[in-house]
Amino acid sequence: MGEHVESYKAYKGEALKRIMVYALAVIIVAWIAVPLGLIFISAFAQPADYYNIHKLFPTHFTLDNVYTFLVVLGAWKSTLNSIIVAALTILISFAIGLPAGYSLSRYVFKGKDAFKLSIIGLRMFPVIVLAIPLVVIYLRIGLADTLIGVALAHTAMSLPFVVLITSSLFAGIPVDYEEAGMVFGLTGWEAFLRITMPLALPGLSAAAIFVFIMSWNEVFIASILTLVNRTLPADILVSALNAPDPYKFAAGFIMVLPAMIFVFFARKYLVQVWGISIK
Amino acid sequence: MVGVRLENLVKRFGKVTAVDHINLEIRDGEFVVLLGPSGCGKTTTLRLIAGLELPDEGRVLFGDRDVTYLPPRERNISMVFQSYAVWPHMTVYENIAFPMRIRKVPEDEIKRKVRWAAQLLQIEDLLDRYPHQLSGGQRQRVAVARAIVVEPDVLLMDEPLSNLDALLRVVMRSELKKLQRRLNVTTIYVTHDQVEAMVMADRVAVMRSGRIQQVGTPQEVYDKPANVFVAGFIGSPRMNLFPASVVERDGAILLDAGGLEVKLPADMAEALRRAGPPGEVIAGIRPEDIHPTDRVPPGVEPYEVEGKVDFVEPLGSDTIVHVETSGPVILMKVPGSFPVRMGDEIRVVLNLRKLHVFEKSSEKAIF
Repeated sequence: MGEHVESYKAYKGEALKRIMVYALAVIIVAWIAVPLGLIFISAFAQPADYYNIHKLFPTHFTLDNVYTFLVVLGAWKSTLNSIIVAALTILISFAIGLPAGYSLSRYVFKGKDAFKLSIIGLRMFPVIVLAIPLVVIYLRIGLADTLIGVALAHTAMSLPFVVLITSSLFAGIPVDYEEAGMVFGLTGWEAFLRITMPLALPGLSAAAIFVFIMSWNEVFIASILTLVNRTLPADILVSALNAPDPYKFAAGFIMVLPAMIFVFFARKYLVQVWGISIK
Repeated sequence: MVGVRLENLVKRFGKVTAVDHINLEIRDGEFVVLLGPSGCGKTTTLRLIAGLELPDEGRVLFGDRDVTYLPPRERNISMVFQSYAVWPHMTVYENIAFPMRIRKVPEDEIKRKVRWAAQLLQIEDLLDRYPHQLSGGQRQRVAVARAIVVEPDVLLMDEPLSNLDALLRVVMRSELKKLQRRLNVTTIYVTHDQVEAMVMADRVAVMRSGRIQQVGTPQEVYDKPANVFVAGFIGSPRMNLFPASVVERDGAILLDAGGLEVKLPADMAEALRRAGPPGEVIAGIRPEDIHPTDRVPPGVEPYEVEGKVDFVEPLGSDTIVHVETSGPVILMKVPGSFPVRMGDEIRVVLNLRKLHVFEKSSEKAIF
């Protein structure tokens, strides 16, 4: 008898725990999904439906809002700019940050700790303080209002992050794998490309997602450094905020969409970890 | 296949000298074990041979070829790593085939050789698996298969068995040894496990603090340890080692180990006399060279000692008995069937033929 009661109690406790976990999961998902859903629905709602106070959800949909926003208001150009800037940022910050992260993880050299600390220090530096001097410098060297200029500024912001994440990524891949490659006939460079890189790919793609999103979302520097060649968030800040609500939602939709597509494709690399744990 | 010669090898890491003037000659087809406690420089020595580290001084020769500064890939070596280093993003087949792919071996020959190695190591059923689907022992076999397919001049192994459980280790060490015999490949093997070294090696190089202490066959380093360190390191349980004074009394030479006096036979006394004036030494005798009075095997130079059983460690086949003498406590190894209890009064026989005496200052063996 007693045993039954005990196991029933344990069962009840277990069930309660599961319900709590699921409830929490639902809340977290709703927290993110509901606003996104509202934006998506409103972006495609016919203005008449949207402004009808008797309708909670619109029933008539149209592509006009998105079309007007992209084509008539010219947001396609700033969208393209944003993609170019994000791609350039990933390219430059990985070109510099990956070797830095690799050497931090593999080699011992003088001033290594000071270097690491300065990287974290850089992360703590407020960008606002740099904004005006940056504009002055950019005007002087002709980088103002260029996409590469914005990409460089975004690289400065994301580089510390790339260095730190790649160094811990490479530190998580035993050097033995590379050394085995070298023993069995590879040069150091080949061993890196053919053995370490494939193993680092999941982690690197995660880092790329973060850099992309950071650049894609960044408004402040982008608005200050550009006038004509605006990126999407900078453009929205200026133009779409004065537009009627449906265009704002269309802007929100366009803003979210590429990020979602990017995450969707890069995601599979995150899961596809070959039995090794990436720190 | 080639022999390997290490000439005056030195490797420093900052202020630490990891490898300190090592000279060693390894014959073609020989299985040599570098044995020593952790931090003795044995792995660094192996990495110098592999080319994964470059020496500060000295040379590494494969046959007549000076490979000291060649990159690993130009040395035609293979290595089995302590962590196995089986590449996790390749299947077992790809892992074994990879070294041959790099060498541009034709695909059908690769297939044939992978099959051959897989059969030899009994991993034919695992060829399509990824390393994370394998047990430690299976991964180890893959690492060995990968190492032998390229027909290396020299096969290097860095503690390949240390991550296996005890049972598997015993199986694998004889398998590896048989494999080496069959392939007749020059092999340098690093371990801290003296039993492993004794079982596998043609010759053992015992190392400490970056220096080679003694090189010899397992039997040689066991029977005639060159110094106190080797004496204590080889053999289990450890050799009884205690400080003693050489005393001359009535024309005879006595060893006095803090109250336990041992009278030496004439020839040993003579050897001690030749070594220098009476003084302090370190005496040693293995637990297996001490016997209960009623179990003395033939050919023993007996010396009887009285004592009390201080502690008993039954190991099944053997029992280790701690005997408290008038001097130090000495360990004795007796058959497991021997009846003995803590507190027993006991008479034991030391086999003086197996007594070792070392100089106190240099710790070098006198005999």
